[in-house]
Amino acid sequence: MKKTAIVGVMLALGTAAVVPALHGQAGNGSSGGNGVVSLRGNVAIDETSRPPDLKRWQRDRRPLPRQHVGQPPLIPHSIKGYKINLKFNKCLTCHSWANADEAGAPKVSVTHFKDREGNVLANIAPRRYFCTQCHVPQVDAPPLVENTFEPLRTIHPGR
Amino acid sequence: MSQARDGDGGGMVARVRSWLRRPCGRWSLGTVLGGGFVAGIVFWGGFNTAMEATNTEEFCISCHEMREFVYQEYKDTIHYSNRTGVRATCPDCHVPKEWIYKFVRKIQATNELFHKVMGSISTREKFEAKRLELARHVWDSMKKTDSRECRNCHEFESMDFTEQQRRAVRQHIKGLEGGKTCIDCHKGIAHSLPDLREVDASATAG
Repeated sequence: MKKTAIVGVMLALGTAAVVPALHGQAGNGSSGGNGVVSLRGNVAIDETSRPPDLKRWQRDRRPLPRQHVGQPPLIPHSIKGYKINLKFNKCLTCHSWANADEAGAPKVSVTHFKDREGNVLANIAPRRYFCTQCHVPQVDAPPLVENTFEPLRTIHPGR
Repeated sequence: MSQARDGDGGGMVARVRSWLRRPCGRWSLGTVLGGGFVAGIVFWGGFNTAMEATNTEEFCISCHEMREFVYQEYKDTIHYSNRTGVRATCPDCHVPKEWIYKFVRKIQATNELFHKVMGSISTREKFEAKRLELARHVWDSMKKTDSRECRNCHEFESMDFTEQQRRAVRQHIKGLEGGKTCIDCHKGIAHSLPDLREVDASATAG
């Protein structure tokens, strides 16, 4: 009711400020009214919102325990600048069976040598070649959604 | 020279030699010495200035082979951009600091001029086909000099292992004991690695 009244007055005055004023009214109404807030927050369209803090990749640490059976192990170190392409796979320069011992790195699982028909290949199977499809490094970020997940006690050493 | 020797220039060579041997009666010893000294500064300074002019990033990337291929890869690496803003440019890694080694490297570089003229790596395809060979040249020379150019900035003796990350500490201690040099492990840190099929098949596709 109030809104319409204001708009009415403005129209009546016929000032050049009508259009921007309408914009302002509409913006406030939609975010405040039904509780929908855009990811940018309550910031007008022509203003710049505050960017989220940059997340920092966690520094090298001990292997992270798995949370459930079949979880791809997390990468406990930075992989900045590591490339994986047809010519080389930077991860495998340490994690391949040939290099793991000298690098002191865990070997790629033997399951990664099987193609999807179950044939065992002599090298990492193409479907397993792109490590970061499943294995990811971590940033120090809180969970996006609050949850009550607990790791399996049978495989997780606990804290 | 050879032309002179073939024709009647044999006499000319002899004349020049005798002119060089004859004591100079026209100028005082001071003038000759002083003139020689000044000329020495000018020529030596000029030579060094010209050599240093070829020792800059601008000079390196004035050719498209360097600018389009290797320079673009280097721009993604820590030697180009990092938190403290210290940058290692092309000559810091690829040209020795010490004069005599620098001079030798610059003479070797004439071979690169030859291949520039021949267009040996003038396209992306040609360059990729030669990348392993070129990388091996750099690896081999770094290995021979105990990674001298790395050590201009990174010295084992000055490294505080306690400040390094877990993986680095372990590997650096092992490397020190094993008599390894930087390039043994740190390959492909400023440019993309070549196709590793021939070098380490376990780290390639298929």
